[in-house]
Amino acid sequence: MNHQIFQMVCFVFFAAVAVGAALAVISVKNTVHAVLSLVLTFFSAACLWMLAQAEFLALALVVVYVGAVMVLFLFVVMMLDINLEPLREGFTRYLPVGIVAAAIMLVEMLGIIGVKTFEVQPGPNPAGASNIQWLGEALFRQFLLPFEIAAVILTVGLVSAVVLALRVRTFSKRQNPADQSATDPATRLRMVKMQAVAPPAPAPAPDKETTQP
Amino acid sequence: MMIPLAWYIVFATVLFCISIAGLFINRKNVIVLLMCIELMLLAVNTNFVAFSRFLGNPAGQVFVFFILTVAAAESAIGLAIVVLLFRNRRTINVEEIDSLRY
Repeated sequence: MNHQIFQMVCFVFFAAVAVGAALAVISVKNTVHAVLSLVLTFFSAACLWMLAQAEFLALALVVVYVGAVMVLFLFVVMMLDINLEPLREGFTRYLPVGIVAAAIMLVEMLGIIGVKTFEVQPGPNPAGASNIQWLGEALFRQFLLPFEIAAVILTVGLVSAVVLALRVRTFSKRQNPADQSATDPATRLRMVKMQAVAPPAPAPAPDKETTQP
Repeated sequence: MMIPLAWYIVFATVLFCISIAGLFINRKNVIVLLMCIELMLLAVNTNFVAFSRFLGNPAGQVFVFFILTVAAAESAIGLAIVVLLFRNRRTINVEEIDSLRY
């Protein structure tokens, strides 16, 4: 019973932190602060997933999102020299619309969820002792083809991001390896046919003084 | 696990609605819009994790795995597009990115 109360207190704490950080993401003025708040949101959500005994996904969320994606966001935000004033113009104008739309949606969704779900009791942990084993057996038995397709998607994303952001400088002097390896010896080497014997020495020029009368 | 399923669903719903409000409020800044989409995906993933745990089916967690993959690729390409836009137009204001309209 003590254990249960501790878990509930942890859930409420992490959920409150995540919701507060999410509110900060959409409302702070500085974009860098918004990114850092999003990091806090992801971290709290990872703690909630840990409470749901999805340990592998919680750690993957921290590693992949906090470690890679959010740092990428941070790089881009800090790299671009953004003038924030025009971006904040419509904030007060759109604030009521956003709040009303979100509130209506929240009420509708909570109505759909209803009160029945509040009585659902979970069974024993289907993962047993090891969440990774449970997940990995499903991933590599039932979902092997989607797993390979996910790898292809990541590769395509990598290539397309590089292609999009790569700027080829036309004025820089650089080597083109494709041209270098595809070249033909005929264009680089010119065979010159020369005589095997030395040419006869030219006749000595007539002397200037002697030709003059 | 002793935490009710409804707690997770309510948490995900609140997170989703916050990100909807963020899409409405920050409709000028592309980067914040991308972050709101990430928040939405997080809310959906939380639902998947909770249901997977309560139904005892690993398919939900495998799906979260794939959503994480696709979201990482999506944000990488989206940020590359933002960098490209900023390099060409010197702005990331959504109101000024309308050259496809005409």
